[in-house]
Formats: sequence, C-alpha cells, structure tokens
Amino acid sequence: MSTDRPTDASTTPSDRAMGLALHMEAARKVYQMADTEIVALDHADLDVAPGEVVALVGPSGSGKTTLCSIAGGILSATSGRVVVGGVDISNFSQKQLTAFRQSMVGFVFQSVNLVPFLTARENLLVVDELGRRTGAAARKRADEILADLGLTDRAGNLPAQLSGGQRQRVAIGRALMNDPKLVLFDEPTSALDTRLGEQVMGLIRSEMKSRNIAAIVVTHDERVTRFCDRTVHMIDGRLDGATPPAMAQA
Amino acid sequence: MRIAWRELRRRPGRFGVATAILTLIALLLMFLGGLLDGLIAQSTNAIDAQRGDLIVFSSASRESFLRSRIDATTADTVRSVDGVAEVGGIGVVQLGARVPGNGPRDLAAVALFGFEIAPRGVPGIPDRGEAYADSTLKQEGIRTGQTILLGPARTPVRILGFVDDTNYSGQGALWASLDTWIDVLRSNRPQENLADGTVQSLVVRVEGSVADVAERIDLATNGETTSLTVSQAVDAVPGVKEQRSTFATIIGVTGFIALIVVALFFTLLTVERTSLYGVLKAVGARSRTLFAGVVLQALVVTAIAAVIAGGAGLLLDAVIPSGALPYQLGASRIITSIVLLLVAAVIGSAFSLRRVLKIDPASAIGSSS
Repeated sequence: MSTDRPTDASTTPSDRAMGLALHMEAARKVYQMADTEIVALDHADLDVAPGEVVALVGPSGSGKTTLCSIAGGILSATSGRVVVGGVDISNFSQKQLTAFRQSMVGFVFQSVNLVPFLTARENLLVVDELGRRTGAAARKRADEILADLGLTDRAGNLPAQLSGGQRQRVAIGRALMNDPKLVLFDEPTSALDTRLGEQVMGLIRSEMKSRNIAAIVVTHDERVTRFCDRTVHMIDGRLDGATPPAMAQA
Repeated sequence: MRIAWRELRRRPGRFGVATAILTLIALLLMFLGGLLDGLIAQSTNAIDAQRGDLIVFSSASRESFLRSRIDATTADTVRSVDGVAEVGGIGVVQLGARVPGNGPRDLAAVALFGFEIAPRGVPGIPDRGEAYADSTLKQEGIRTGQTILLGPARTPVRILGFVDDTNYSGQGALWASLDTWIDVLRSNRPQENLADGTVQSLVVRVEGSVADVAERIDLATNGETTSLTVSQAVDAVPGVKEQRSTFATIIGVTGFIALIVVALFFTLLTVERTSLYGVLKAVGARSRTLFAGVVLQALVVTAIAAVIAGGAGLLLDAVIPSGALPYQLGASRIITSIVLLLVAAVIGSAFSLRRVLKIDPASAIGSSS
C-alpha cells in the first residue's frame, strides 16, 4: 500500500525497496523563502510496484509536482529516502541525477513537449543522443515503440503535422525509450477531449502493464483515475492517510 | 549538438535575420580592412616591392626616403660589411608630369625612382630617359610608348610599360635608372646639388641573419646609417602607423558590434527556448550539451555570414577600378576578418550560458500544479 509507513522495526526497508519501482520514505521538501520555510512535501511515504499505475490527485499547490520531481530525480528531497528501481538517489549530486534521469525514468509533460523541428522518430531518438548513444540499437528500439503505439506511418512527421493524441503518443514513446523503471505523467490528457483522453490513458495502462513499468499519473481529472490501479490523494504536501509525524510520535 | 545542427538545417529562416545582419557587419569589416590595406599599399608599395632584406637610411633622415642621403664612401663601406651580398642605390623625386593629350594644368602626380636592384615586377634597369610606370598611372592617361614631361624643367621620360602595386606616398611610381633619376633631379631641383655617386637609400641583400648584418652595417658606418628591414621601413613611412591604429580601432568596434549582435540574438533564442530546454534537461540533457548547441549555431551562422561577405568583398575588389579607391582585399585580410568574427561569435554566444545554466528542469513539470 502506498501509505504503509515503515514503522515496524522488523521490516527492513532496504530489502523491500530493492524490489519496488519507487520507494519513498519520509521524503520532505522544504523551500527557504526569506524567513519563512515552505514545506512543499511533508514526510511522504509512497511505494509503487513494477507495472503498477498510480493516480496522484490533489488541488493545485498540494505538492503533486514536487513529489513527481523528487521521484523523477529532477529535485532532491531535503530529507528522507528515495529509491527508484533499486537505486538510492537520496544523496545524488545534480550530475548524478542527470545521468539517473537519462537511464531510469521517463517523463510525459503536460504542455511544450516535443522538439518542434524533429520528426516523431527523431524525438524518440533524442533520449538516446542525450544519454547512452547506442545508435543502431536505439533506432531499432524507436521503430519498435512507434509500431507499438501505432505511429509507424507517422514516424517521419513533425509534431505540427500530428494530432494532439498522436503528439501525446509520441511523448509516451519518448518516455519509454530509455527502458525506464518509472514513468511520470504530468496531466497527460489535459489537452485532449474525453474520447482521445480515454484512448491515451488506455494506451498508457496497457504499455505499462506489458512492459512491467511503474507509472505515476498526476491528474485533476477523475476520468483518468479509472485507468489506474489505485489513487493517492495529496493535500498540503501530505499524502492521504498519512498521519503527520508529530502526531504519530505523540 | 545534433539537435542544434538539425534546427539550423530545418529552420534556416529562423537564423535568416541574424545571418543577414552579420553578413553586413562582416562585409563592413572586410571593406574597412581592404581600405586600410589599400591605403597603406598606396603609400608604401614602392618600399614593399624592393627585392632586398634591408633598407639603409642615413641616420639624420629619421628613416625617411626623402630626407635620406648616402654618399659613395658610405655605400662602399656598406658593401664591404660581412654578410652583405648585394647593394643597390635608390633615389626618389616627386614631381608633376605633363601627359600628352591632357590639359596644360592637368598634371599627373608621379614619384620617379632611380634604382639598381630591380623591384618586384620591374623587368630590368631601363636606359637613360626611359621608365616603367605603375599601372595606376593609366588613370592619368599615360600609355606605353608615350613620352611624358617631368617637373618645371619638362624633362622627357619615355614610358616602356607598366608594373603593378608599386606606388609611393599615394603617387604613381616611375621606375628608372639612377642616371635618369639624377638627370631629372638636377634639372628640376638644382638646389639639391647631389655629389656624384650619392643616393638616398641603399637596398641591401643579406646572407645569414638579417638582424646581425643590420647591426654590423650601422656599426661599420659609425652610426651614420640606420638599417631597417623592408617591413620596418614600410612602418616608418609617415602616417602608416597612425592609419593602422585608426583602422584597428574602427575594425575592433565593428567586431564588438558583431559580438553584441550574436549575444542579443542568441540570448533571445535561448529565452524563447526556455521551456524546450527545460524538457530536454528533464529527460537528461546536460547544460553543457545545450550550450554547445548554442555555440555551434552561433559559429555556423557567423561563418556563413563571413564567407558571403568575403565573396562580396572580393567582388568589390574586382569591380572597383584600380586607382579609383584605395581598396585591396587579400586572402590574409579575409582570413583575419573571419577569425575575428568567429571569436566574436563564441564570446557573444557565451552571454546565453548563464541563461542555459539557470533553466530548471523542474520548470518542465511545474506548469500544471
């Protein structure tokens, strides 16, 4: 369960974390603004198993983005432990996090997403060019992913020549290019109508299941949560059900 | 880097304005350089054309051709110095020339040189009363086979043919024997009263170290002479240093403008790409990679502009009739201009480095909540 907190001394979190796609333990993010501390993420505990699709729902400013950024290695937590695919990134430097993002996680963003002057296929290959540079192997993988996503005949098109749904599928393909352990979706259907949104969500679910990749889907949209294995609510930097630590200790 | 390269190829229109502006700046840069080279060439080509290693002036002359006088004894002393292979006297007189067919007051400004070692392009020493003319004198109506009349004494000199790039002090050079020079000088400048064998300077060909021989010559003449290399003698021509520094300043400012244009344009592009760079950083792009892309684009745009400008500059050089404008664009000037522009491009694009570094990958994911 997502809200399981490792309070039981008999469980060894390290062993358990290794088998998970994401293990977040008492993750906390504090921003210092002049004299005030802003707690964006407050002792969040979250476990996601491989192949599991989790919806993350909450009002604006509740800390969903911060949680995703920390899980994806874009931000580092102020304290707590973050393990992704067996790699403990809690104390990674910026440089290590960049390398980690290249190889371990995938992102699908809400808006400006694809490189506008690159074709669908080249947008997938960007991931390889920025990272491992496997060349021919990457090209083969890109073609396979595009075929899986039903985009083979669109591979040579620029984003401007694609429909909104197709663009989002290309973005999903890009997120899968580095064979990630975890893919983070930031409102993947917000720019799509209901029918297309459902198609895209169906695709996300089937791709994650067939590849055994974990996913966190940030959304405002209740229609999206139907496609997820479970829904986690966030409010004021805390995950639902999580008791604030001060009260737990009391 | 590959992304930046593809953007250049697929969206050339985006870089069109910057390329156009940089082309104009590059052309201005090369035009200025061509003017500087042309101006200096016009006043110093006669010295530059000397086929020797050293030019020996009398010390009192402060390295001026016109003031320098070297008598036969001093010339013999120089000839006997160890390492001196060949010595030739040289003298010059600046006069107005009457050209057949031109009006009586329409004088051509000429500088008649007498020489013993033939300068670059001059086939040999002409007979008494004959001379080769610099090709810019064609503008004045001078033709091969004509006899022109020099100075108030109207000393006749017959033109044997033309040579290129040998002007002195902005005047068309005539190349004649020392005898002809003395004749013209004595007829038109009786007050000069030169002793037999006296010349103005010596052109010296050297075996071995030029600097050592120069030192030995000046020592042998008890400091009566000052020996300069040909390029030092060019710089010693009055006004040359000043022209160089003036133009160097203008060229530097122009290069700085190119730098500012590159800086502004690519900073603007970087600002425009903030969200794209955010996404790319989130998927694993390093700042170094993104910045290298910016520098690559700046270099390519500048190189294209510089090459177009170089071509246009050469075209100008071909189109402008010789003598109409002191403009002379050579390969070395084009290459220096291109290098200057490329350096400006690198420094200019560095202004966007801070912005690239500042872009937060979290901005890609932060837009929704």
